[in-house]
Amino acid sequence: MKTTLTLILTSLLLLQTVAVAATKMLSEQRKAELSNMVKQDCGSCHGLTLKGGLGPNLNPERLKLFPIEYLELTILHGRPGTPMPPWSAILTKSEINYIATQLKRGAWYEK
Amino acid sequence: MKNKMNRLYVIVVTLLLSNTIVEACEVRGTGDLGIVIERTTGSIQIVDTSSRSAIARVEGLGDLSHASAVYSRDARYAFVFGRDGGLTKIDLLCKKIEKRIIQGGNSIGGAISQDGKWVAVSNYEPGGVRIFNSTTLELVADLEATAISDSKRSRTVGLVDAPGNRFIFSLFDSGEIWIVKMGDSSVASIEKFTDIGNQPYDGLITPDGRRYIAGLFGEDGLALIDLWHPEDGVTRILNNYGRGEEKLPVYKMPHLEGWAVAGDKLFLPAVGRHELLVVNSSSWQESGRIKVHSQPVFAISRPDGRHIWVNFAFPHNNVVQIIDSESLEIIHQLEPGKGVLHLEFTPRGEEVWVSVRDKNIINIYDTESFKLIKSIPAETPSGIFFTNRAGETGL
Repeated sequence: MKTTLTLILTSLLLLQTVAVAATKMLSEQRKAELSNMVKQDCGSCHGLTLKGGLGPNLNPERLKLFPIEYLELTILHGRPGTPMPPWSAILTKSEINYIATQLKRGAWYEK
Repeated sequence: MKNKMNRLYVIVVTLLLSNTIVEACEVRGTGDLGIVIERTTGSIQIVDTSSRSAIARVEGLGDLSHASAVYSRDARYAFVFGRDGGLTKIDLLCKKIEKRIIQGGNSIGGAISQDGKWVAVSNYEPGGVRIFNSTTLELVADLEATAISDSKRSRTVGLVDAPGNRFIFSLFDSGEIWIVKMGDSSVASIEKFTDIGNQPYDGLITPDGRRYIAGLFGEDGLALIDLWHPEDGVTRILNNYGRGEEKLPVYKMPHLEGWAVAGDKLFLPAVGRHELLVVNSSSWQESGRIKVHSQPVFAISRPDGRHIWVNFAFPHNNVVQIIDSESLEIIHQLEPGKGVLHLEFTPRGEEVWVSVRDKNIINIYDTESFKLIKSIPAETPSGIFFTNRAGETGL
């Protein structure tokens, strides 16, 4: 029991480390591309300021309700039954982690 | 003496200044003018299709992601609908904002009535349509959409004008179409069609103003109302266009307001497919499909109907394809660059203007030879709207 828990914890920690490392590995150029993509292309539904449209408002205050994994999964798989598509064919996991982190921080949200 | 000189100086300067102000309002026709939305900077450029140039920039229009515009019937004023609920009336001759209001929290386009007296705006937040006096921008009607929860009302989409001084729109969340008839001072009546299908995402009206068609996101097919016979209710068309096939992720919603009608064919972008649907406009049955580069966003016919120009969704939005409306073959492909967001033909269709967002340019092409004639700079351009829309139903 204890071993399993330790394993899980270790895996989680490792995963986190991997994700963080992966984010760090994104080139500045790729980050700039992703930033442009979020504002312009995600912006076609969520708005350029990310205050929402057909898609919901991505206000960092509101996003506090959701753990980062939830945001990552939403980006990865989309939200079936809504217009939110899965981005798994376009973005890597580390890119998704970078976007989710930035969304949480409100990096692209314009007040 | 010195005092007198001073006074003279003041008078001369005042005259010069007032002269400048007068000169800023040009005496000219507006038939060859238009506007280009600069989405990131919240500005528009007033453009001249005769000189193929931008003649002025007007700033301060707020969040222009997904912005669109309609024109007053004299084609002097553009009404720009911003994402942030902004409704801005622009004077093309004086090149300035005539009036600007924030009418809602989050908006998605609008329309102007047949008689030019009313401007309607479609809102996501608060869900519904608001109608304004086109001269003063005073609110004359606030049509609240059907409630979908305690705190939320359905988002409204696909708002167009129709003959009989009517507005028509669809309700995304509640699956309805409403027809609003305008009277002398406000709304005269509202007719509601329910259960029209799952998640109507946009609507179009045929160029003759007879049929309103809503595209459905939540299922395959479209909902059609014959405005000559609204008593017949909603007819579902193309119900089987995707049966048994898995849809691709939709990275950008297609648009229907850029309808393409050529002869007896109507061309529509298929949702989540690399296809254009061809519909026979007398039987309203599918008459063919055209495989295209990627998921189409706009399919727009050249004014003579001979060619259909198509742009595409992210991440394949660097390409434009041109289709022969008779043979249904792709006859040419252009690669203007990343972020081809919109295209607009000059009124008689000899040239087409294409916005290329990520290159910050508008490309102007000859529509016979497909040769690039000129590129003009614009900040992250999206929608292009020429004044000939002033005389067209549904635009």
